[in-house]
Order: sequence, then C-alpha cells, then structure tokens
Amino acid sequence: MAETAISHAHDAGHGAHSSTGLSNNKLGMWMFLGSECLLFGGLISTYMLYKGRVNAGPQPNNIFDIPFTSVSSFVLLMSSLTMVLAVSAAQRKDERNMNLWLIVTALLGATFVGGQVYEFTSFYREGLGFTTSLFGSSFYTLTGFHGVHVSVGIIMLMALVGMNRNKRIPGDRAEVVELIGLYWHFVDIVWIVIFTLVYLIPS
Amino acid sequence: MSTATEHPEETEHTEHTEGHEAEHHGLSDKQYIYVALILAALTAIEVSTYYVDFGPFFMPTLFILMTVKFVTVVSYFMHLKFDNKLFTYLFYSGLILAICVYCGFLATFKFFLQKG
Amino acid sequence: MTIIERPSTEVAVAGGAPSGVKPSEALGVFKRPAASTSWRDWLVTVDHKKLGIMYGVSAFFFFLVGGVEALLIRLQLISPNGKVLNADQYNQMFTMHATTMVFLFVMPMAAAFANYFVPLQIGARDVAFPRINAFGFWCFLFGGLFLNSSWFLGGGADGGWFMYAPNSSTLFSPSHGIDFWTVGLQITGIASLTGAINLIVTILNMRTKGMKMMRMPIFTWMVLVTQFLLLFAIPVITVALFLLTFQRSFDATFFDVASGADPLLWQHLFWIFGHPEVYIMILPSFGIVSEVIPVFSKKPLFGYPIVAMSGAAIGFVGWGVWAHHMFASGLGPVSVAVFSMSTMAIAVPTGVKIVNWVMTMWGGKLTFTIPMMFAIALIVQFTIGGLSGVTHAVAPADTQQTDTYYIVAHFHYVLFGGAVFGLFSGFYYWWPKMFRRQLNNAIGKWNFWLMVIGMNLTFGPMHILGLQGQPRRMMVWTEARAGEGFFNFGFWNRVASIGSFTLGIGVLLFLVNVIYTHKSKKVAIAPLDPWDARSLEWMTQSPPQEHNFDVLPTVSHLDEFFHRKYETDSSTHGVTQVHSAEEVMAELNAHPDEHIHMPSRSYWPILLALSLPVIGYGVIYNRTLMAIGAGLILLTMFGWAMEPSTSPDDDFDPPAPGEGGGHTKELSPIG
Repeated sequence: MAETAISHAHDAGHGAHSSTGLSNNKLGMWMFLGSECLLFGGLISTYMLYKGRVNAGPQPNNIFDIPFTSVSSFVLLMSSLTMVLAVSAAQRKDERNMNLWLIVTALLGATFVGGQVYEFTSFYREGLGFTTSLFGSSFYTLTGFHGVHVSVGIIMLMALVGMNRNKRIPGDRAEVVELIGLYWHFVDIVWIVIFTLVYLIPS
Repeated sequence: MSTATEHPEETEHTEHTEGHEAEHHGLSDKQYIYVALILAALTAIEVSTYYVDFGPFFMPTLFILMTVKFVTVVSYFMHLKFDNKLFTYLFYSGLILAICVYCGFLATFKFFLQKG
Repeated sequence: MTIIERPSTEVAVAGGAPSGVKPSEALGVFKRPAASTSWRDWLVTVDHKKLGIMYGVSAFFFFLVGGVEALLIRLQLISPNGKVLNADQYNQMFTMHATTMVFLFVMPMAAAFANYFVPLQIGARDVAFPRINAFGFWCFLFGGLFLNSSWFLGGGADGGWFMYAPNSSTLFSPSHGIDFWTVGLQITGIASLTGAINLIVTILNMRTKGMKMMRMPIFTWMVLVTQFLLLFAIPVITVALFLLTFQRSFDATFFDVASGADPLLWQHLFWIFGHPEVYIMILPSFGIVSEVIPVFSKKPLFGYPIVAMSGAAIGFVGWGVWAHHMFASGLGPVSVAVFSMSTMAIAVPTGVKIVNWVMTMWGGKLTFTIPMMFAIALIVQFTIGGLSGVTHAVAPADTQQTDTYYIVAHFHYVLFGGAVFGLFSGFYYWWPKMFRRQLNNAIGKWNFWLMVIGMNLTFGPMHILGLQGQPRRMMVWTEARAGEGFFNFGFWNRVASIGSFTLGIGVLLFLVNVIYTHKSKKVAIAPLDPWDARSLEWMTQSPPQEHNFDVLPTVSHLDEFFHRKYETDSSTHGVTQVHSAEEVMAELNAHPDEHIHMPSRSYWPILLALSLPVIGYGVIYNRTLMAIGAGLILLTMFGWAMEPSTSPDDDFDPPAPGEGGGHTKELSPIG
C-alpha cells in the first residue's frame, strides 16, 4: 500500500506531526498560563500599591486570620499533590485511581473555596466591604479572581470525571487530564504568591 | 483519534508516541508525595514567621520560601523540568516579563523606597 | 483521486438508507453542520480563509464608521465657532473614533491577513485550533457591535480612547457609554488573546517539511512577534478594564481619590498595554511591506535575518517604554529619565528595518504597481512619524508637545501613514490570490494619490498646529483665539479638514475599485501568480481550495516559490527562469495526498460568542441577565467540549462510492 500522506489538521494535538514534536494543546496551555502571569501580576501589583490605604474600616493586620488561611493554603497545596496523582494514574490508564484523585482534588479545591467564602463573609461582618477602602476593593478583587479561577478548575475537574464516565472525551484522555492539571497547579502557585504577599507580609 | 492505533505499519508514529510517553514519567507517585511533604514543611516555616520574630530575616525568608515553593511546583508537579525546554521559555518569559514590568510600575510609585 | 472528507448535503439513498446526515448518536447535541454554499456556511465555518475574509469585511466596515466619526470632528473644526457637534458629542466622537480605529479596524484587519495567509505561507492546511479561531472572530464582531450599540443606548463612550481615571468614573461620566466601552473591549480582548495563542501554536507547530523558522516569510515573522505582544499585553488591559468596570458598576474605590486612590494606577496599567499595542498595530504592516518590496524590486529582502530579529527586538524593548505617554503626569525626574532613554533606544531597531527596505530597493528592478506604491509611501510616511516620535522621546521637548496636536500628527503619521497604508498595500497585493481578480490599476492610482495627498494635507499641518499651541480634544476654535497672522489655527484647521475629506474620497475610491473589479464584465480572471511572487501562498489556486494544498510542499529555501521558478547563478548573480508558476503548480500537485482530513464545521463558536454580549448587557442593565449569560457560557462550553474537532467517520452516512446519489466522501478529481 502506498504510503498515505495523512495530514490531520487536528492530529498534532498529540505531537505526532508537529514541527516541534510538541503537542498543540500543551503548547497552547503553557502560553495561556504565561499570559495569566500578566493578569495576576496586575492584580497583585494593584493590591501591593493599595494595601496600606485604609481611610475607613479595618487594617490588614487587624483582620487577617493567619492560622485559618494557613490551613486553607495547606489544603490547596495538597490538592496539587492529588492532581499530580490523578495525572499519573491517567497516564497509566488506571481508570479508578484517576477518577478517585480527580474527585479528591475537586473536593480539596471546594474546601479551599469554602474557606474563602467563610473568610470573606467574616471580614465583611467585621467591617471590611468591597467598597469600604482601597485595601478592601483590591483585596477582594485579587482573592476573588483567584477564587473564581479555582472554581472554574473545579468545574473542569468534575466535568472531566462526568464526561469520562460517559466516554465522551474526544482525543487523548491522558493529555486532557495533564492540561487541566497544569491549569490547576498554576492556580495553586498563584496562591503561593498571594499567601506570602497578602497575608504573611504585614503592611 | 490516535494514528498509532489506526496505522500500525507507520512505526514512526509509535516511536514518536513512545518517546513522548517517556517524557511524561518524571517522578514516581512516591516521589511526588515526598515533594508534597517538603512543600508542606516549607509552608510550616512560612507560617511560623507569623509567630516567631525573624528579625531582619523576615522578608528574605518569606521571599525565598515563596520562590522555592513556586519553582518546585512548576518544575515537578507541572513537569517543566522534564519537558521540552520550549515550554520553559514560554512560561518563564511571561513570568519574568510580568515581574519586571510590574516592579517597574511599583518603582515609579516609590514603592520600594518605603519603610517596612 | 483525492478523497476529501467532509459532510455533504447530498445523500446516498440506496435501498432505504436514512436521508440527511445521520444525527450524531455518540456525541453532540444536534447534528453537526454540513457543508453548503449558502450564507449559513459562513456562520459555522472554521476555515481560516473564510474567517480571514469575515475579519476583513467587518474591519473595513468599522473603518468606515471610524472615518465618519473623524470627518464629523474635522467638520466641527473646519470653521470658527463650529456648531456641528456640542461638547458632549465631541467627546464621544473623538473617543469612539480612536477606539473604533484601533480596536475594530487596524487590529482585526491585521488579523484578517494573518488568518488568511499565515497558514498558506508556512504550508499548512489551517490553524492549530480552527474552532477557537472562529470563536475569536465572532467575539470580535459581537464585541464591536456591542461597543457601538452605545450610540443608540444613551451615547458613546466619552472619556478619550485612553479613558483616564478618575475622569472615567460615573461621577464625571454618568452615561453608560464608558460601560459599553469597558465591556465591549473585554469581549474583543478575548478574540485577540485566543487568536494569539492560536497563531503562535500554528506557526511553531504546523510548518511544512523544511520550513525552518529562518525560512519563513517576514510577514509570518512579524505576525508571530505581534501575537506574543498580544498574549502578554491583553491581560494587562483586562485588569485595567475590570478595575474600571468594578468602580463604575459596583462602587469599588480603585480610582476614588477621596479614598486615597492614585489616578496614575490607571495610566500605568493602560499604557503598559498601550505601548505594546502600538507595535501590535504596526508590525503586521511592516510584515506586508517586507513581502511587497522584494517582489517589486525583483530582489530578495536585504538582510532577512536582521529584519526578523529587529521585529523581535522591537517587541521586546517595547515593554520598557510605556511611561513615555506619562512624561507630564508627575512621575518625577528619575522615572522620566529612564523612560526617555529607553524610548530613544527603540528607534534603533525600527530604523534598521527602514534601512533594510531601502537597501532592498537599491539596485533592484523596480515596478511601481499599486501595492508597491503603498509600500513605499509607508516607508516615507512612517519615517516622518518616527522622526516626530524621536522628538517626543526627548522628555523636556515632550513637555511642550504633549497633549497638543503635535502628538496627534505623530500617531496619525505612523498609524495611518504607516499601518493603514501597509494594509492597503496588502489589499492590492493579495487581492488576486483571494478573489481571482486584480484590482483595477487606474482606479488604484486615484485611490493611492488621493490617500497620500489627503493624508499629508490632514496630518501635516497638525505638527504646526500643535507647536502653535492647539491642545488635543479641543472642540471649537474662535477667530479671536486663532492667533496672529495668516497661517494661524484657523488656516491650518481649514487645510486639515479639507485634507480629511480628500482622504475620505480616496478611501471611497478603494470601495469603488472593489465594486468595479467584481461587477464589471471586462475584468479578466487573474493568473495564479500575477506579480511573480516569492512565497508559498502563491503556490495555490486562486482562491486556494479549502484544503489549501493538494500536497504540502517541501521547502528547501527561503523564498521557496521563487527558487522553484528561477535558478540563481552565484558567480554571475544571474537569475534564469526555469519554470513558470503554472508548471511549478502542476509539478507540486502531480501526486496529491490521498487522504485529507479537514477540521469540521461547528456552530458552538458562534453560540458561545453570543453569550458574551448577553452578559455585557446584564452588567449594564440587569444582573439577572448576567446570570443567564453565564449559564449560556456553561452550556455552550460543554457542548463544544463534547464535540471532537473533526467528526469521525462514523458520524456520517457511509455509502460506498459509486452507489449513485450523493457521497459524503467527495471524490475530487485533482491533479
């Protein structure tokens, strides 16, 4: 049979035919994460500029609950571990453990988000609203954006589990898990920076 | 939709995908857990700065810990250390650009000349 | 015979087989759209060429909108005590003129060319993510329409295109215009960001065999640099737009001076985006000109590696100059000095390009076709604009120039005289490849000269006006304040306004040319290679078939197409033609690929894009609408995620060929 010169416009998703040998999707995800550095950098810088400007309402020192947030941070960090275990399982085609670790990751993420919600509501009750001061506006915007990113990640994880169950994942499944993993870890490392700059360094 | 299964005679594809797979296995699951434990320990030290007075080492410690945790997750959990260097260039160029631009931005506000 | 798989509307009805394309049992919600030639195909297409045309048509429409806005401004300023626009309308006019031209004309028009030609230039069949490409286009269109719907819903944005805070807050600008602006630009920003990721992956990963990076055409290089700039700059304006939206719609305090806010926060965030943005606008045109000049000088581009690298250098250094837009804002002498020096530095790589283009022409056999004329005009006019730019870099001088018409002159020379002229060069150059006909030469000459004369008449005097002291955004002038002497404010404003209408007529002549070329029976079908060009996009039919190439060419040279037609003798520097373009094509297509799998059409991109303006109207009018929009996003994203990029075989009726009636696998006689 004559060699079929197959040109699959989509197939370089697996790196099989691409000029660099790398997967289109993976390249795309890393670039997206690179651009997200600029997004979060802007929000973090705005916060750093404004964190000391409290013309009304509580100061950062007075309101942060470091022990509580430390636990939250630890939870998110561990979710990165469970995520990487899920990716590892997916690559081994270990269906059960992949689903298990994906669900655990989502649960840990949800715990984190729950902690954020609790934190926000207690800050609000203590007098720090979104509109109270520059500190308030920039704090809630920065952590809020992060929280939304985590929530989107949880939706993607659950969707992955659901779609996998119904065999509705087109393409290379291990790669999909890997890419969602990259997104998840990125959200975690943004929190590593936020935890230090926002919570641990007093104004 | 992998061509490897549809056309077994095209060995270059299987070789390619095999070579591809090899890249994926950076650490074993056990090693990932060790990394996570290290990260947990570093976090504990970070949190301890809230309770213990580090004196002049406060800021440097926090920055170093933050950076080490950041790079560790990126290199090991995100697999960047074991993957093609192009990914490293792409991601770190965005990161370094962000750091430079935003530090420049804060510098114009004399942010780094403040006390404390 | 080449089998091109795509679902067709015809059906094999042999012995009771079901009619129509079988509903996708395994995947998807509804049937996948099938190919058709009707207008509906354009709504679901993922073909980069069709998307390129849609980008182009939409961008040109917005060009006309922005042009009308400009002409209203010039009409207001043609005589003293102008009554054409009141102050509020004037504010809206200059804001929307600039916003439309920057975000809805220049950027998407460059995207049009990039989408159409980059895959062809690198020997690919489409971009890396075709559905995301379609999604990006619809985001741009809907974002632009959303932004302009403000005209009918209380007035356009009125804070200037750079929208400085706190002037842009609800206190000083209570109408919804600015809200339409912030949300509209967020939506178009999504188009730019996804487009950037798409094109970068395409260029890095989908080059044909032998197409090394240093063999890519300069247009593709410049597009690559532009996409990196977009990738990193769009998030910055995203932050700024969110902060402003939160301030205006949710009472955040980011720009509330009473709470201690610093107005410079907005300026920095905006210009950190804004400066790379101007390079985003000019680099594609530089790329076009770098294609056109070698072709019509019958010489390879002088210093190809330098031209490629200087583009990258401009992209890189461009991140370090943003505060030169803020010299008079109170930054302080240290910051001003630093940015003044970096701004002087960036003139160097740009100047390098000018030298390379001139050296390409030097000693070449020049033909002054219309694309060549537009390209040469770019070199001259951009140089003028660049020189005024260098004067701005000198911070003490800029203190007098800033916020005057001298600045307006500068950026219109580089943007109109530079970027827009480059785009027009691209129109005339690539028209025969896209549409099988060459635009008329005689009308083209009128188009060109009226644009040149109009442009220079309009913006030339603005240098003088600026130095005479006319500030920007000045809504009216009076005889009493016009200054002494004959050549005063009044005189130059009149000249500029007359120039602007000349320019308008020039632009209209382009439209006349397009209509004439396509309606007239006398215009011949253009040959495949009318200009004797050098790069791969010309090695296709006119217009290229949906799959671009029957066989993906193997590349062994820079300017591969040229080298297939000509043999060069290095000792005598002689060039002899060995093949005609048609012969090259025939040889290339002698053994077409047997199996070409093209990405399938999809309706999810347009549906997902539609949910964005729903959220937008929700932010402005009704929070429930926001929730509905968010729900739509979720639904459409799920639908999209479950659909494979290319429908598998079992998604279609599988009649064997020759069974009579329609086939879903087209047997296409090629080669």
